[in-house]
Amino acid sequence: MPDVKYSNDQIALAAKNIRKQILGIAINRGGCYLTQACSSAELVSTLYMGILNIGPSLGSPEALPFPGVPSPTNMDYPKGSLYNGYSGREMPDRDRFFVSCCHYASVIYCALAECGRISHSAIEKFNVDGWNMEMIGAEHSPGFENTAGSLGQTVSIAAGTAHAYKLKGNSGRIFCMLSDGELEEGQAWECFQAASFYQLDNFIIYVDVNGQQVEGWTRDVMNTEPMVARMKAFGWEAIEVDGHDIDALKAAAETPHEGKPLMVLCKTNPAQGVPLLEKMLPKHFVTVSSAEKAEFQKFHDEM
Amino acid sequence: MKIETNTHSKNILRFAKEHPEVVVLSADLGTSCEVKDFAKVYPERYFSMGIAEQNMCSWAAGLAREGFRPMLHTFAVFLYRRILDQVEMSVAYPNLPVIFVGFVPGITTPGGVSHQSTNDIGVLRTVPNMAIFDIGDATEIEGVLDLAYNYNGPVYIRMLRKDVPRFFPASEPMKFNHARVLSEGSDIALLSSSVCTEEAMRATAVLKAQGLSIQHLHVSTLKPFTDPQVVEACNKAKYGVVTIENHSVIGGLGTAVAEVMAENGINKRLVKVGLDDTYAHGASKMYLLKKYGMDAMTLINGIEDLMGKSFGIQEHDLEEIRFEDFTAV
Repeated sequence: MPDVKYSNDQIALAAKNIRKQILGIAINRGGCYLTQACSSAELVSTLYMGILNIGPSLGSPEALPFPGVPSPTNMDYPKGSLYNGYSGREMPDRDRFFVSCCHYASVIYCALAECGRISHSAIEKFNVDGWNMEMIGAEHSPGFENTAGSLGQTVSIAAGTAHAYKLKGNSGRIFCMLSDGELEEGQAWECFQAASFYQLDNFIIYVDVNGQQVEGWTRDVMNTEPMVARMKAFGWEAIEVDGHDIDALKAAAETPHEGKPLMVLCKTNPAQGVPLLEKMLPKHFVTVSSAEKAEFQKFHDEM
Repeated sequence: MKIETNTHSKNILRFAKEHPEVVVLSADLGTSCEVKDFAKVYPERYFSMGIAEQNMCSWAAGLAREGFRPMLHTFAVFLYRRILDQVEMSVAYPNLPVIFVGFVPGITTPGGVSHQSTNDIGVLRTVPNMAIFDIGDATEIEGVLDLAYNYNGPVYIRMLRKDVPRFFPASEPMKFNHARVLSEGSDIALLSSSVCTEEAMRATAVLKAQGLSIQHLHVSTLKPFTDPQVVEACNKAKYGVVTIENHSVIGGLGTAVAEVMAENGINKRLVKVGLDDTYAHGASKMYLLKKYGMDAMTLINGIEDLMGKSFGIQEHDLEEIRFEDFTAV
């Protein structure tokens, strides 16, 4: 549980604000990963405000100029994990949070703003050249532990971290967030078998099962179902929940999974909260044409 | 010349004792990569990851982020060709101290093309933050882990196993980014690495008897490649420069030397001896060195080409130094 207690109403409001803010970005800049914001707004808000036991942000509340790539002479740059309360100093009983679906960066930034980990004005630097809040985040971007753009790798990095926590006897849990398309990656399944082999019951994955990916509906691009049965066959505990139900999302983290890692498959709607998107689905990257702009703007203003 | 056996196996025990945060990850080839004894002595620090190199690499990144010093053990070819994206995005980009211990480099395996890391240096030299070491003898096996440990970032090692000659005194460990001078001279600059240093030593022994003056550098740090000795050797070479390596002639030692020569305006010819832009096949090291023109005789022919003269040296003149062969897969 987080240090600050948020009510379900507050979490729901944060989710609504995330959608509204990213809809605004899509309108003003011509496009954004809006369907991902719609599908994951409750999931990300609930993680930050109702599930993760992470300390207060240690990062700058304002956006920062891009601090340069990591190198032997640049290892002390401000890292994205600071915003999740982790500076590299051991905090054995705190949780860690890895975001694998890093094209959800706008959702992460907006969620950080909703729970006071960055300022709302920092969002103005989202996807602006030269700043640390890129459209697809890397490990200098607020909320990001690592550089996740090549799918399939972050689950393994998070699992390696969970393994390290076991070796050190740390009680904190390692959370990782994926979107369902990534479940097609072979490396993810290498990781799932190893996480089960090493009995990483401190490892919890939340998947935004919005059912869509770049080329269409996931079921048409490459079927990954039945995921619950597949994960159980791999030695995991796995449950499916309504990804817009805050209580269900919270309760899922408490699912007993002794000796096993846990996967929470969050069934979501990529048009949730913005019904105008329904006619576009499936849609990986929403662009708002000049013809559509007035309609979207009106909806935005009335949200 | 003394042949040492299973040097890495012994050395990593010493190394692991000094550094409790060192852990070994294996992709089902640990027993072929001299960490069998490590697994017995430190079972709680030996992690079997199965035949799944991608996960092993990124998993190691997670361990490294938590203060462990993971050492990945498998064949070199599986540590760069198969998992380059994981090497780059999980480890090299964040500049994590992960050590890739790659065995049977180049043509030192009869395992054939799938097992032969013949362009690994070429590929990995383009990866930022990565240091690359290419092992040439038992003394270097004993020294490389300490260099890797002290490097601030990821390290790729082309490691030799089983019976390996000791060319260099055990009391003179390898130095970071510093070539070992094996002979002094000013007619030819000769730079060699890995098992081809043995070939180069055979060639220089015979050529010196013919009165040739050779500056021979054994190179074991392929990245960074800023050792001033390379420029000095090339500058003073009257007839030109020759390289020999257990690797493609594209991207490895020869290419690195060519870049240094061009960048320093050293207007001399360069002959690169190595695998001539081809894959190889499965056979013994001796056979492959000869078949693919990576041996002492090819090196001598290259030097003759630079000098515009023939020394009339025959194969049987090169029999002096005995070789160790690699026959196990």
